[in-house]
Amino acid sequence: MEFNESFILGCSAIGAGLAVIAGIGPGVGQGIAAGYGASAVGRNPGAKGDIMSTMLLGQAVAETTGLYGLLIAMLLLFVKPLI
Amino acid sequence: MYEGLMLTSQNDVDFMIHGLFSYNFFGQELWITTSHVYLLIVVISLIIFFIVGGQVFRKADKIPGVFQNILELIVEFLDGIVKGSMGRNADGFKNYIGVLFIFILFSNISGLFGLRPPTADYGVTLPLGIITFMLIHINQFRFNSIGSIWKDMCSPLPPWLPIWLPINIISEIAVPISLSLRLFANVLSGTVMMALVYGLLKWIAVIWPAALHAYFDLFSGAIQTYVFCMLTMTYINNAIGEREDVAKEEGI
Repeated sequence: MEFNESFILGCSAIGAGLAVIAGIGPGVGQGIAAGYGASAVGRNPGAKGDIMSTMLLGQAVAETTGLYGLLIAMLLLFVKPLI
Repeated sequence: MYEGLMLTSQNDVDFMIHGLFSYNFFGQELWITTSHVYLLIVVISLIIFFIVGGQVFRKADKIPGVFQNILELIVEFLDGIVKGSMGRNADGFKNYIGVLFIFILFSNISGLFGLRPPTADYGVTLPLGIITFMLIHINQFRFNSIGSIWKDMCSPLPPWLPIWLPINIISEIAVPISLSLRLFANVLSGTVMMALVYGLLKWIAVIWPAALHAYFDLFSGAIQTYVFCMLTMTYINNAIGEREDVAKEEGI
């Protein structure tokens, strides 16, 4: 069966939208990390610098899976590998 | 027919890499692109900065002037983060991590000056990840015996049963890929976002995009720089492991 280009492009756009749903996971994870960071600062305000740097490092690493979803969406929209 | 879907064709949204001219390399057609030019701009401005800084340090005063003060602040900060995360092994890596930090930082914030950040090109970040990979394994072989590396690679199971070996090898190969993709995707997402704001809103986007610039270029760029350097140092430090031969320390 022959599909024309606009059909494939429409399906790619739907797929790109679905791929960006991957952003839910990192959002939840970063929120949890920030919450525990805040409670740690509340318990031990002297160690604020260390807590901040550890929290930011962990959040940036947790962000990676969401960025993979974003990359897939970009590939589908702009590189158009399926045509 | 489908041009409406392609943002780049009808509107002014443009965040792609453009080819400037092509050349022939042993029968293969290669392109000089805009990211080469922007990378060159960043590197040349950094070289000028380093030369001027070297001249300032050559005739350094006991009472530092303004520029010398700033330079000392930068060097002390970079040495501090290397010392803080690598401890005893820091001496051999201070120079590399410092240069890496300044290069990635300047590449990321070059979006403020109207350039497309060179780190939003996967051809720039993958070599950085590969350099980290090489450093990890060279230092692993330099400071550990073959037996202990083999034991490490078969890690959860005893060394005479290397069932876990392929999985450990795959996880080693994943390190440079995830490092470089993280930096690339973060900077690319900022670039795309700014291009969308400027391209689709046109005259509405006048002054307030400065706030977006502050987040996407300055904050996100600085965080990703810090994360890249921090992970590089952590991986190298793990690869070196516990060193019994402290006497060899000057030979890093």
